[in-house]
Amino acid sequence: MVFILRRILQSLVVVLVMSLVVFVGVNVVGDPVHILISDEMTQAEIDRFIQKLGLDRPLHEQYLHFLANAARGDLGNSFVHGEPALKLILDRMPATLELAFAAFLLAVIVGIPLGMYAGLKPESPASRAIMTGSILGFSLPTFWVGLMLIMVFAVMLGWLPSTGRGDFMTWDGLRHLALPAVNLALFKMALVTRLARAGTREAALQDYVKFARAKGLSPSRVVLVHVLKNILVPVVTVLGLELGGLIAFSVVTETVFAWPGMGKLLIDSIQRLDRPVVVAYLVITVLMFVVINLVVDLLYAALDPRVRLREMKA
Amino acid sequence: MSDKTLVVEDLRTHFFTRSGVVRAVDGVSFEVKPGEVLGLVGESGCGKTVTGFSILGLVDPPGRVVGGRVLLDGKDLLRLEEKELRRIRGAQVAMVFQDPMMTLNPVLRIDTQMVEAVRAHQEVDNEEAFQLAKAALQRVGIASPEERLRSYPHQFSGGMRQRVAIAIAMLNRPRLIIADEPTTALDVTIQAQILYEAQKLCRESGTALIWITHDLSVVAGLADRICVMYAGRIVESGAVDEVLDTPLHPYTQGLIGSVPSRNRRGSPLAQIPGIMPALADLPPGCAFRARCSRAAAACTEIPELRKIGNRQVRCFHPL
Amino acid sequence: MSARVETLPVLPKPETPLRRLASEFFASRVATGAFAALMVIVFMALFAPFLAPQNPYDLATVTVMDARLAPGERGSAGFLMWLGADGAGRDMWSAILYGLRISLGVGVASGVIALAIGTAIGLLAAYRGGWVDALIMRVVDLQLSFPAILVALILVAILGRGADKVMIALILVQWAYYARTVRGSALVERRKEYVEAAQCLALPASRIVFRHLLPNCLAPMIVVGTLQTAHAISLEATLSFLGVGLPLTEPSLGLLIANGFEYMLSGKYWISFYPGLALLATIMSINLVGDRLRDVLNPRLER
Repeated sequence: MVFILRRILQSLVVVLVMSLVVFVGVNVVGDPVHILISDEMTQAEIDRFIQKLGLDRPLHEQYLHFLANAARGDLGNSFVHGEPALKLILDRMPATLELAFAAFLLAVIVGIPLGMYAGLKPESPASRAIMTGSILGFSLPTFWVGLMLIMVFAVMLGWLPSTGRGDFMTWDGLRHLALPAVNLALFKMALVTRLARAGTREAALQDYVKFARAKGLSPSRVVLVHVLKNILVPVVTVLGLELGGLIAFSVVTETVFAWPGMGKLLIDSIQRLDRPVVVAYLVITVLMFVVINLVVDLLYAALDPRVRLREMKA
Repeated sequence: MSDKTLVVEDLRTHFFTRSGVVRAVDGVSFEVKPGEVLGLVGESGCGKTVTGFSILGLVDPPGRVVGGRVLLDGKDLLRLEEKELRRIRGAQVAMVFQDPMMTLNPVLRIDTQMVEAVRAHQEVDNEEAFQLAKAALQRVGIASPEERLRSYPHQFSGGMRQRVAIAIAMLNRPRLIIADEPTTALDVTIQAQILYEAQKLCRESGTALIWITHDLSVVAGLADRICVMYAGRIVESGAVDEVLDTPLHPYTQGLIGSVPSRNRRGSPLAQIPGIMPALADLPPGCAFRARCSRAAAACTEIPELRKIGNRQVRCFHPL
Repeated sequence: MSARVETLPVLPKPETPLRRLASEFFASRVATGAFAALMVIVFMALFAPFLAPQNPYDLATVTVMDARLAPGERGSAGFLMWLGADGAGRDMWSAILYGLRISLGVGVASGVIALAIGTAIGLLAAYRGGWVDALIMRVVDLQLSFPAILVALILVAILGRGADKVMIALILVQWAYYARTVRGSALVERRKEYVEAAQCLALPASRIVFRHLLPNCLAPMIVVGTLQTAHAISLEATLSFLGVGLPLTEPSLGLLIANGFEYMLSGKYWISFYPGLALLATIMSINLVGDRLRDVLNPRLER
């Protein structure tokens, strides 16, 4: 219990620090005033404008104002759309999450078995092919692969739609999801494969595997119970963080496939200097990250009994 | 043949590494009778652990058994198919490893690891297997076995873990247990307890026991017969009292002499000069030649294992 | 007969570490191929002006009459455009060569600077220990717990557009990996007793750090360096593709691919395809080399 509370507290600290960084970065390093005013405004109008936005107040006041508003859920209005920035982000979050989870599932379902096979028979030609393939997987630039996927499957073959998103959990929705999910999954798939292979190789050399064989257990049990459970711990930890990475990296895939998620909104906002939306995106993403890290830590403790006891003693 | 549990004939296991062939086991032969405790003694690196693994077919690449026979009730284990060998492992022949923290899977509970050992060989359901496991733990002297079964390996002390390992070995009532330095990692008092209990168990159930160790004092109290290994070969074997009181091989004599209690106070400890040759680079002839005070021209040939009474020795000039 | 103690066999004279490293490295055909490919790519990037039939950014040589020529057709200037032309009539082969220069240049430059900064900070943390180490590692861990692309986007959002700002962003994304790696290796060495002894002798810190701690870190630094460089090149390309990277005046491969985006649906694949291939070849060969280096330099790995 204490362990959970301690981790939550740590996470809150991280969120606060990041909010400070984001705030300082966006409002200090950039120059919000310069962006907003048009050339025709008189000095008096500019002054009134600045006052209205509170930009003439000292910095720490602005920050506290920002925090207070943020706690209320008010992160400002988008310059471009006029609507509350937070609402814009949250509207698009489901699309991004759908994409990220689909890619995550793909990466795990393909990556772990491939990696385990490569780890159990490290000298076989299939295993070497898998490893070289994994290097190809994380060398491929995601955006370029996306383009090629569209080219082949949508333009040349016409099997799948090239852009946009269908309704959730419908056949049409899945058809639209297929290419973007594969695109986003590729990089992570390669990483998961390598991770699973490394873990399996290390586990397979351990004495407890030899002992399991000495007990006369069937090879499938040895692999699926003894080895898998041991590699789950490091793999889960990394995978959890990778989920966060997927959500962030979906920016690229969303742009290529015109997938209506948060990432695409972010890029548009950066280009159009729509600061409130950028800030809202960053705040939400950082929050998501911290939550994911927290969940991963707790999962780690649940999966590895040694961690639980260590924390309990501490 | 049928009165011996295990007969090992001229076992050879070589490791084919990039730097050459390592002859870890190079012509090892011995026998064990039911209920008998055989001590397999030798320095680190003499090949005794590999001998144990070879019997059960657990030698990993680049190692391979290249010759000999291992007869369990007349069946040659080395010629068996993997599936049949698996039926024997953990059932008729069980093994106890040196470091129980490594041999028990740290992320699985004890009951999981014991129940799976039972169910791999017996047609019982989980509940029955659990009861068998509980009984086995009681037999090795672990109190409150139910609680212990639900724990994880790291919650046990070293001695307890080793008792669990022995319990696992006994689960399917094996004809033979191979124990590879099981008490080396424990302290002396626990060691004594475990030795005593192991001996008792074997006498009661008629299980043969091969106890692999480098520690002569352990063997002295525990074993009925002893085989001394050096550089992959057996150099002497016989009844433990006879061998330890009147060793025939110069190496055995050296080993006995270097045990601190056998030395006089105030005088330097007796040592065998030199070191054991690397198994990848064995000199021709008798492997002990370079360190032997009795070496002669004849020792450039590998001596055969000769019978002297009901003992055996591999030497041209036995003591 | 007196006892003879057998002498140990005389070892053969060892070859220099570098030679042994090289022979182990090139034992893998894949790695050798990747290394050769990388040398070719670097050569092409360095000598782009001599290898390219046209300077695609010299507007005098480019005419829109050549726009969207398919691969293999001849342009107005008379030379063969064997990879086709883009939407503005630029020869793809030339554009790729110049783009390689920029992609490789930015990636390597940012990597080297990040390496220098990260190494310095990592060494500082390892040597000083205590609260300095704790503080630095907290910052490093914090940054590394966020994916690189997110950090890059945050930085780009804050700093704005421009080549120098992209460089700064790339450097800031990478330094933490170097810092963590170097600190790890340096700490291992630092904890050895001879370092404590050297400190007692009041040897200057710089001597301890540079002569003892740093050499121990070289191997992991090289491995991380290669893999990070590939990552930096990929990141820069991604940012340029998204339109928040290098400006139009420094067209890296990412920008070329972005330019070809709009022509994809009409089947003019070559405008995006070939630059992508070049990018892939670059990144993959660096990764393959780095991977092999890691196998070769890591003493713990089983043979």
